[in-house]
Amino acid sequence: MQTLNFQQLWRYQDQLIDGTLHTLLLTLVAAVLGTAIGVAAAAAVRSGPRPVRWAIRGYVELIRNTPSLIQLFVVFFVLPGFGLRMGAFEAASIALGLYFGAYCTEIVRAGLDAIPGSQVEAGQCLGLSRWQVFRYIVLPPALRSVYPAFTSQFVLLLLGTSLASQISAEELFHTGGFIETRTYRSFEVYAVICGIYFALVMTFKLLFAAVGHLAFRWPVRR
Amino acid sequence: MALVDIRNVTKSYGSTQVLKGVSLDIKEGEIVTIIGKSGSGKSTLLRCINALERIDGGEITVEGQPVRTDMPNLRDFRQRVGIVFQAFNLFPHMTVERNITLAPVLNKRIAKADGRALALDVLERVGLADKIDAFPAQLSGGQQQRVAIARCLAMKPHLMLFDEVTSALDPELVGEVLKVMEDMARQGMTMVLVTHEMGFARNVASKIVFMHQGRVWEEGPPAELFANPRTPELQSFIASVR
Repeated sequence: MQTLNFQQLWRYQDQLIDGTLHTLLLTLVAAVLGTAIGVAAAAAVRSGPRPVRWAIRGYVELIRNTPSLIQLFVVFFVLPGFGLRMGAFEAASIALGLYFGAYCTEIVRAGLDAIPGSQVEAGQCLGLSRWQVFRYIVLPPALRSVYPAFTSQFVLLLLGTSLASQISAEELFHTGGFIETRTYRSFEVYAVICGIYFALVMTFKLLFAAVGHLAFRWPVRR
Repeated sequence: MALVDIRNVTKSYGSTQVLKGVSLDIKEGEIVTIIGKSGSGKSTLLRCINALERIDGGEITVEGQPVRTDMPNLRDFRQRVGIVFQAFNLFPHMTVERNITLAPVLNKRIAKADGRALALDVLERVGLADKIDAFPAQLSGGQQQRVAIARCLAMKPHLMLFDEVTSALDPELVGEVLKVMEDMARQGMTMVLVTHEMGFARNVASKIVFMHQGRVWEEGPPAELFANPRTPELQSFIASVR
């Protein structure tokens, strides 16, 4: 029986660190892009003109009901045919950003819907502009109500970045494949890769709990 | 000239006509109390004065300016005409101070320190200066409503509208809110109230307006109106709330 041997992997620690950093960067870029899309699209779905609302609904349904891997392939292999040529990392950032944005749109929309119209009215009655009402009155409690859903989706995004390996973006899972072909220590390699993903997710969960604690300090009447 | 001039105003929701030609004058310093059964159009009329609802016909002017939901200076107008709601509508994620200073800081660009002074000033008028750093969820209903009044006062309005502001309160909390409103009345604030507090209407109001089926059915000074109701509708309303 083959014994476990993690020692050979030590030689690849630079690659593992590099892959981890790329995974983190890919996650953060996609999350920022997706959050921006989500907030803007959710706001537009509520108050934008009808064609915009339809376009956003179409985008959300298309992304949420098709495999992420195919979306990634479309961005990386199909868009160059229309003159949009980009590297694997950029393509993965955009595809995952669009993916995260679609879920984010629904999450933020649910949060905005949870804010009673009377709050908006109260803001208008103080002479605030539509933007001020959205920014100061609607958004903070809406974000609080969707924060758990948002952070769960972020974790799914982080784990989902492994798909980018399929277009050779050099993230953590891709690095794992590379090391495996060099060492033939499949179990050890993927155990380490899993461990790193697990540590990343747990770190983010702690971080999110701390941020949530600091950002949403106002008491809620139950 | 009347501060508020309401001329033959009509308003429908779908096929239901809620206001059927309402006319009313409100002079500066007057305390006008609108009474009437549910569905008589009281709250709708109040919301029309603040351009929260679009009117279908007639005209409302405040300080000589026609009120419309698409008026160009609507935001300035709203700062001059404050409204307090039944459900308080405080912003739950902001402290009392921030609730009060949000609009002045954003729109009148007052400094932060001045904002706190302003908040303290209006909170003292409603007897809640010690709650300046509290959040709405930490206050009783009566306290929340007093903060909502203070928030309105911070805009230095020329006219204040009160839409059943005591209806959501436990009976023992009604008094503290009414007292604040009495103080404001004594200080000369022009106020229009929709209320079921007949004691307040009788003792504080300078004019009572009885609405029935979307019309001003009767109006006059409280003593006269309560003592000698001319219509059977007002007679039965007074009998029902007594």
